[in-house]
Amino acid sequence: MVDVVIVGGGICGCSLLYELSRYDVQAVLLEKENDVSVGTTKANSAIVHAGYDPHPGTKMARYNVEGNALVKELCEKLDVPYQQIGSLVLAFDEEQDALVRELCARGEKNGVPGLRVLSATELQELEPNVSREATSALLAPTAGIVSPWELAIALAETAVKNGARVELNSEVTSIEKTEGGFRVTAGGRVTETRFVVNAAGVWSDRVNDMANPHAFTVSPNRGEYYLLDKSSGDLVHHVIFQCPSKVGKGVLVSPTVHGNLIVGPNAEDAEKGDLGTTAAGLAFVRQAAARSVPAVNFRDSIRNFAGLRALTEIDDFIVGETEQKGFFNIAGIKSPGLTSAPAIARDVVRMLGEAGLPLREKDSFCDERHVVRIRHLSHEERAKKMAENPLYGQIVCRCETITEGEIVDALHSPLPPCSIDGVKRRCGSGMGRCQGGFCGPRVQEIIARELGVPQQDVMQDRAGTAVILGETKKGGRAE
Amino acid sequence: MNGCYDVIVIGGGPAGLAAALEARRTGAARVLILERNNELGGILNQCIHNGFGLHYFKEELTGPEYAGRFIAELEGSGIDVLLGAMVLDFNDGKTLHVMSRSHGYQELHAKAVVLCMGCRERTRGAIAIPGDRPAGVFTAGAAQLYMNIEGYMVGKRVVILGSGDIGLIMARRMTLEGAKVLACVELMPYSNGLNRNIVQCLNDYNIPLYLSHTIVDIRGDKRVEQVVVAEVGPDRNPIPGTEMVFDCDTVLLSVGLIPENELSRKAGVQIDRRTNGPVVYENMETSLPGVFACGNVVHVHDLVDFVTAESQRAGRAAALYAQNGEPQGPCVEVRNGRAVNYTVPQHIRTGNVEKFVEIFFRVNNVYRNRVIRISSGGKVLASFKREHMAPGEMEKVAFPKALFPQIADGEITVSVEEEEAQ
Repeated sequence: MVDVVIVGGGICGCSLLYELSRYDVQAVLLEKENDVSVGTTKANSAIVHAGYDPHPGTKMARYNVEGNALVKELCEKLDVPYQQIGSLVLAFDEEQDALVRELCARGEKNGVPGLRVLSATELQELEPNVSREATSALLAPTAGIVSPWELAIALAETAVKNGARVELNSEVTSIEKTEGGFRVTAGGRVTETRFVVNAAGVWSDRVNDMANPHAFTVSPNRGEYYLLDKSSGDLVHHVIFQCPSKVGKGVLVSPTVHGNLIVGPNAEDAEKGDLGTTAAGLAFVRQAAARSVPAVNFRDSIRNFAGLRALTEIDDFIVGETEQKGFFNIAGIKSPGLTSAPAIARDVVRMLGEAGLPLREKDSFCDERHVVRIRHLSHEERAKKMAENPLYGQIVCRCETITEGEIVDALHSPLPPCSIDGVKRRCGSGMGRCQGGFCGPRVQEIIARELGVPQQDVMQDRAGTAVILGETKKGGRAE
Repeated sequence: MNGCYDVIVIGGGPAGLAAALEARRTGAARVLILERNNELGGILNQCIHNGFGLHYFKEELTGPEYAGRFIAELEGSGIDVLLGAMVLDFNDGKTLHVMSRSHGYQELHAKAVVLCMGCRERTRGAIAIPGDRPAGVFTAGAAQLYMNIEGYMVGKRVVILGSGDIGLIMARRMTLEGAKVLACVELMPYSNGLNRNIVQCLNDYNIPLYLSHTIVDIRGDKRVEQVVVAEVGPDRNPIPGTEMVFDCDTVLLSVGLIPENELSRKAGVQIDRRTNGPVVYENMETSLPGVFACGNVVHVHDLVDFVTAESQRAGRAAALYAQNGEPQGPCVEVRNGRAVNYTVPQHIRTGNVEKFVEIFFRVNNVYRNRVIRISSGGKVLASFKREHMAPGEMEKVAFPKALFPQIADGEITVSVEEEEAQ
């Protein structure tokens, strides 16, 4: 019997597992895929929102503002890429000027520090590549950018280091109420637990319904993106938003923590699991982005992707205990979900405590984490690292300057990846302009070697995403 | 390995090998090749088909054989080679920051540097093909590496987008390995590959080539399941109603090559936005004195033989620079005239030319019975007849030094004109 089962290894599930690992609590995270952070967590705008957008009094407003500070703190502690670059919301006419002022007032009510409305001239001075047609803008200095998947991985990894468990390839198929709690079946295995927390993202309605009367439906809304080469990475230096509308925060243009430029998303209703991009969606993104930043050069595109927003009929996050005592939901976590996740996790820990989970802090809890990133080191530091371990001198990914040493580190981390994209999420290999064309086979070979599996069995990403379909007639590596 | 060299060559593919050997022959005492892979030869190692060396060796070799001849010449040449070595950056003082598994982190110094980093393939992301993102979408070169170096099959039912040479070669290669290549799909109304490859790799195996078509959707959850191909109009936009669906597990992309100049850009080398390669003088020197470039890092070649010739000029010039410093004298600009997409070189220092200067370029469309003209100050200085020209085949003309006195205003223009217009 464990204390808590968390369903779903996205940013919410991983944040909660991390927070629980501070305490003398047996916590297990069940994830249906072969890695954490592979749903909405890896396919979004990667923005740490300041918190002026949600309406005062909502859960979104509270968690967003608290989460904004927490994300920053966690990223520093756990060595996760994060930059507090600030955001700008552009207005293009008088109506939007008024909306910008309203957002400013709303943000102040939510407790967002440092908000300021800029004139067109001030805006141009700050961001010369922003459209000259912008009439005013809201500057939010506490907004930032983050690597969402690296944050989720760092949180889960640290939790594992502190005794929590992550079970991958474990899709929850049933949850039965028992006398002392719940019996959760996942991936053919049964776990008895006192508490269940549902953080299953776009699938959270189904998980809720396994133990509860139907309470909400997740209707995914898809957003499509462009990721541009690093040569476009310094086109703007803030997150550039347009005025929000009913469907979302609109198309943004922003640097990423990895030095690229991200452009998107649009907003279209979609099915669960439908992560395709469309010609029309991408065309919309191009046109909308050109309105804010006319100089975006889409010939610099290195990747398109799409992510799903977990929208429900309720215009707020769904966080708390359900009718079924001992079962908690973290559901309907749309934007600003990434920012809010650490604050939600802390709040849910509090709720679990109130529901009877004893929260004794561990003396042994350790949340220090360091990742070697050769590309970010000075010449002297590099020389030192390479002298320690020659594998730090062996470049595998030439576009992003990722070494074999870094990949081997990841493969022996507390939550090791098993796929080419799993390594990419941890190390950055294949994230560059050649998109893994050169390094993919090398990474696959290193994974096979380090994990002791045949190279053919190493997937691109999820289970079933085979790269190699067999051997050639001669087979084997040519000499 | 001590840190001071006459010539350091970055890249040990066909360009780097030829440049290093020629620099040594020209008298450079200390020459070093830095190669990021663990073997020399570059992309030739995975090009196991024949057809290399017809111009340079007057015989048909495979890629590894072609590279092997140069690698064999390195033996006893006194040229140093560092494998598994990545140049992180270099500056115009020609200090190179290098890392390698064998030597860790090093600072190396050179009198002259030759850039031979080659090129990379355009990816799905670069051309924004919409659809799902399953496994099974490869650049043709990545698939070639898996098959020819690693010995793995990447697919059984294949659609190829783009009719560049690597895509055509892979159509044949995959067919010979038992895969079914369903179609080769080309956006343009003509192929960008060599004609001999269309004949030998597609026609001989009854693989249909769909000109003026493109992939408009990729479908599949885990692995590619289908692609949708549509015809495009003159504006290159898909024509609704022309869609064809192919059931396949693999998409290969052969949609263009991009010279790999991130290192050059970081060092401040001037880049020509038409070639995506460094702007060069007649001796393959870039805008940074003593920094030379050759091969696919300058402009994408169709034939390795031409890479070799170009790289020998660069290697020789680098050795002369290390001995004598920068050539001086007047400079002529080469302008792109009608139908000419780019030229290499972009500048000619007339005093540095012996008998003639070779000008390489590509045309922007398919042409029959035209004349290449070199003109200056409104006067035609030289004409060269061509029966057939296509963007997929690089053109070359030799412009004699004897005509240099007729150059006006320090510039010449290369253009393609109709014959009767003379």
